[in-house]
Amino acid sequence: MNSQKVITWTVRVFIYFLVIAFFYWTIKNQYFSYIFENIEQFKVLVIEHLQIVGLSSAMAILVSIPSAILVTRPKFKRLEGIVSTVANFGYTIPNMAILALMMGVLGIGFKTAVFALFLYSILPIYRNTVAGIHSVNPNLIDAAKGIGFKPHQILFRVELPNAAYAIIAGVRTAVVINIGATALAYLIGGGGLGNWIFMGIKVFDDSILLSGAVTVTLLAVITDYLLRGVERLVVPKGTKRS
Amino acid sequence: MNRNEGYTITDVYEYFQDNMDFILELTVQHINLVGLAIIVAILIGVPLGIYLTTNESLAGTVLNVASVIMTIPSIALFGLMIPIFSLINQGIGFVPAFVALVLYSQLPIIRNTYTAINNVNPEIRDAAMGIGMSTAQRLLKVEIPNTLPVIMAGIRTAVVLNIGIGVIAAFIGAGGLGILIAQGITRGHTDMVIAGAIAISILGISADLILRLLQRIFTSKGVSAQ
Repeated sequence: MNSQKVITWTVRVFIYFLVIAFFYWTIKNQYFSYIFENIEQFKVLVIEHLQIVGLSSAMAILVSIPSAILVTRPKFKRLEGIVSTVANFGYTIPNMAILALMMGVLGIGFKTAVFALFLYSILPIYRNTVAGIHSVNPNLIDAAKGIGFKPHQILFRVELPNAAYAIIAGVRTAVVINIGATALAYLIGGGGLGNWIFMGIKVFDDSILLSGAVTVTLLAVITDYLLRGVERLVVPKGTKRS
Repeated sequence: MNRNEGYTITDVYEYFQDNMDFILELTVQHINLVGLAIIVAILIGVPLGIYLTTNESLAGTVLNVASVIMTIPSIALFGLMIPIFSLINQGIGFVPAFVALVLYSQLPIIRNTYTAINNVNPEIRDAAMGIGMSTAQRLLKVEIPNTLPVIMAGIRTAVVLNIGIGVIAAFIGAGGLGILIAQGITRGHTDMVIAGAIAISILGISADLILRLLQRIFTSKGVSAQ
């Protein structure tokens, strides 16, 4: 074993040690007992959380992928520059600012939360779809034209399958960001697991705080992992990147 | 008085006028928090990214850990850190916010540094070796100048990200512009919330623009012409 391997393994063991130490510490102090004492409320909060994430992500996918396809059509080339500039600016606006602005416009409540998160999720999916379609090898499109494909055939059978990897990566980014942002949506009346996190901070109760925070973290990490699996399933074999 | 209903743009404008000093003070706090975190993150991330190009197996591990950290929602990471830092009596305030921001900055900075240096044109590297440059000279005179735009892009991503996460830091007592949103929501002052949201967006957008400009200035002419 050379020194590089030794360093790598030391780092790995250290990281596993940190994670195990954290969970040992929380379980020893019975921080998660709050979940089991309030299992009914826990279920309600998790379901609320998933509803907000699901609804806003689904709406964002339905809007952003078609609009990204539209602006990459030759007819709308001019529009693309404008839309992409706006999208780039939008990306620098923090999610809490969008939640707050929407609260100012629409008031407090579940619908406001869903709408604000929908707006915030559009950008990553849109950007990745546009980038994915642009990264399709022009030779492939030429070849498709050469064998007599019509424009819609080129889109569905060449461009989208080749861009699938980037599109799904965008969806994954959006959903994972969304899970975290939903925790903030509690502040504008959205409900969800943010309830316990903010309550824990307010009343200085580590048990409530960790019950909320660890659940949201696991939700995000597991969703990320699952969507990576979907990526592997959905992306056509021939277009997979090495 | 419930001011959630019927506010107008002029209310927000008036709020800005009446509280300019307060908003500027919060902006300075925000910039301090984010700036300090970014400086520390660069001091850790860039050397680490450079080192990782010499150790492939460690690179995989470090990048995986950094991307897992990135998937942890910011408010949840704060939530995880408060109980840990309360062990040393720093549970609420600057320290957990600072550590969280440094952690979040690692992925964009390390990844961009690592991939950029790995992707330096091998012919340029050969040429540098051919004229007898040592490893250190090659790094400082060839590899870093060539990869500067990509490294700077990573830093820019980290800054914009941190400005956003810094807003949430206000909820755990770290100050900054998030105070306007946090207090505005609890008091039901919509004009305060909107003023906060606008101030933060302006900060985010202008930081992005300034860093793009710096990136252009610091990129050596030979590289940007490519």
